[in-house]
Amino acid sequence: MSLLIDFSILAFLVVTAVTIARLRDLWAAIMFTGIYSFLSASWMLVLDAPDVAFTEAAVGAGISTVLMLGTLKLTGNRIPRLKRIRVLPLVLVLTTGLILGYGTLDMPHFADPQAPIHLHPSPSFVERSLHDMHGLPNIVTSILASYRGYDTLGETTVVLTAGIAVMLILRRDKTPSSDLVGKDSTFGASTK
Amino acid sequence: MRAFPIIRIITKILIPYILLFAFYVQFHGDFGPGGGFQAGVILASALILYGLVFGLPAVQQVAPPRTVEKLMALGVSIYAGTGFLTMFLGGHFLDYEMLEHNWLTDYGVPAGQHLGIFLVECGVGITVTAVMTMIFYLFAGRRRVT
Repeated sequence: MSLLIDFSILAFLVVTAVTIARLRDLWAAIMFTGIYSFLSASWMLVLDAPDVAFTEAAVGAGISTVLMLGTLKLTGNRIPRLKRIRVLPLVLVLTTGLILGYGTLDMPHFADPQAPIHLHPSPSFVERSLHDMHGLPNIVTSILASYRGYDTLGETTVVLTAGIAVMLILRRDKTPSSDLVGKDSTFGASTK
Repeated sequence: MRAFPIIRIITKILIPYILLFAFYVQFHGDFGPGGGFQAGVILASALILYGLVFGLPAVQQVAPPRTVEKLMALGVSIYAGTGFLTMFLGGHFLDYEMLEHNWLTDYGVPAGQHLGIFLVECGVGITVTAVMTMIFYLFAGRRRVT
């Protein structure tokens, strides 16, 4: 039963991805990326990672869909259909895909208890966490916030930096680029 | 979208539960799944939902852009401040063991690792909520460039 759920979620993911690639209507494509995010969230939940599933559902399906729709309002919502298939990009993409597929052959099998990630270093964290954290049961939180506190501080700073970058790019000035317009117009007036 | 009664009423019913869930994920993060980042995005999505249905001015009245802007930096400051506090108390940066104390534990204020993780997660939650909300404001506030 669980295998059936696994395979159907993965199959739906593939179908959704192919549909997104074939759609020319961007509005529909954005809706499908939302569906893709919800399917990924379900997949994360199947893999016993509920916190990643929360994040995927809220960011992938919620916030980023809204942001992409907002972008669509500012631009157009259709892209033209390609007149002919170009060979070089197709070959490049297929080759890269095959190389990536070949790379997965070296990876440990799904849910393999002998996979490197299960042998080192997580067992020591699992054994030490409950004692080190004075009884806090959530190992994920203790690793993120305590064992790897620096790392999470860096991640939070990255989020802040991203926010500042978006503000710098998208913020409308109180006086909409009056400097440039003023200089331009005086320049234009002087040449006449 | 205020013209659609179903959307309006369902939103009004849902938002308190989304907020409650966000706070549950935030403050229950050390026991169950979740933590600052997850709680932050859930809280921000509640704000964004409100903004989508009731318009940008309405949500900006709830969370003014000037405040959100400052909260972005406040979260990181709380995180780094916790680190400097533990240094000030004689430990290393982010060494939560230094926060071990005996006062106020009767009133539910945790100690040591528990308090440190709590503070740090609060910082992450505040920054993530503020950044996500701010990005929504910026996208929604743009007009079409002709």
